[in-house]
Amino acid sequence: MSAMLLALFLVFGQLSLMAVGGANAVVPEMLRMVVNEHGWMTAAEFTALFAIAQSAPGPNVLIASLVGWQMASLPGAAISLIGICGPSSILSFYVARLWQRFRDYKLCHAIQRGFAPLSIGLVLGGAWLLAGIANTGWSAWLLCAVSALIAWRTSLHPLWLLGAGAVAGLLGWV
Amino acid sequence: METHNIPTRRELFTGFFGIGIIGFGGVLPLVHHMLVLRKGWLSDAEFTELLGLGQILPGPNVVNLSVAVGGRFHGASGALLAFSGLLLAPFCIAMLLVSLYQQYRGLPALQQVLAGLAPAATGLIFGMGLRLAARLERSSWCIALAVATFVAIGLLHWPLLPILLVMVPLAVTLAWHLQKEPT
Repeated sequence: MSAMLLALFLVFGQLSLMAVGGANAVVPEMLRMVVNEHGWMTAAEFTALFAIAQSAPGPNVLIASLVGWQMASLPGAAISLIGICGPSSILSFYVARLWQRFRDYKLCHAIQRGFAPLSIGLVLGGAWLLAGIANTGWSAWLLCAVSALIAWRTSLHPLWLLGAGAVAGLLGWV
Repeated sequence: METHNIPTRRELFTGFFGIGIIGFGGVLPLVHHMLVLRKGWLSDAEFTELLGLGQILPGPNVVNLSVAVGGRFHGASGALLAFSGLLLAPFCIAMLLVSLYQQYRGLPALQQVLAGLAPAATGLIFGMGLRLAARLERSSWCIALAVATFVAIGLLHWPLLPILLVMVPLAVTLAWHLQKEPT
């Protein structure tokens, strides 16, 4: 049990420091580690957990606690959440203090400008990879595309899109 | 520096707790609304700056932002309170949902709901990525970096760490040397 908790903490602690552009940027890497490297679950199980995490309120990091829950119930969930938030939070606590002093330096501007395209590539690449697993047929691709288009062009509350997806699934359209 | 309302430790916790419990999908607009408009803890410019910092640092952006805001007003204990306020309610709700899932995963109806939920949830991430991409600097190096990262992750399925070890220094070097094109 404690070996599993340690393994969970190490996996999510690593992901925490790689999550440039937010938690969604490391979802594919999480899938690679959890499914291929450790064999904790199948890709389909991971996708189901991802869908559940997206339906809960709050930041997208919850996927980590769901994987932890699956592996080692409540302690696993708590350790995984601390793992994925802890290292990056400690880093941002200290950097936020330093930033006040160094924000006008040229290097800081270069970092800000350079990271922008990377985080976009990470988020869209991750979405593409997930779509390949989550979208099992043409109707799922269509649903995904419509949801993407609406989320991009309008400020409709995301819960409506998730609800529409759930209903479409329940009716057997997907 | 403008004058601010300085939150107490208790207000930090309850403020971020409120965001966590209602923030479905996009928490960020809610955070802005609370911090700047409703509570007046930060000015718009300060918000943008702290958010930019949260975005370039690794980790979930909103979590980073909560830590930076809590830390600014009450040091480490403020950071910890804002952080746990933000995550407490979503964590409990996610645990509730996943235990329901575990209980009823055999039901065909639940499998069908998830089959529809997953593509819609993936679409939301595409939507957010496209929103960010629309605001990206229109220079060839920026677009090339975004496309290269997309291909490495999405099409080639390479592990993230080596990608970052190559792309981060490359991106910062390019941004350092290439002047912003006149707009």
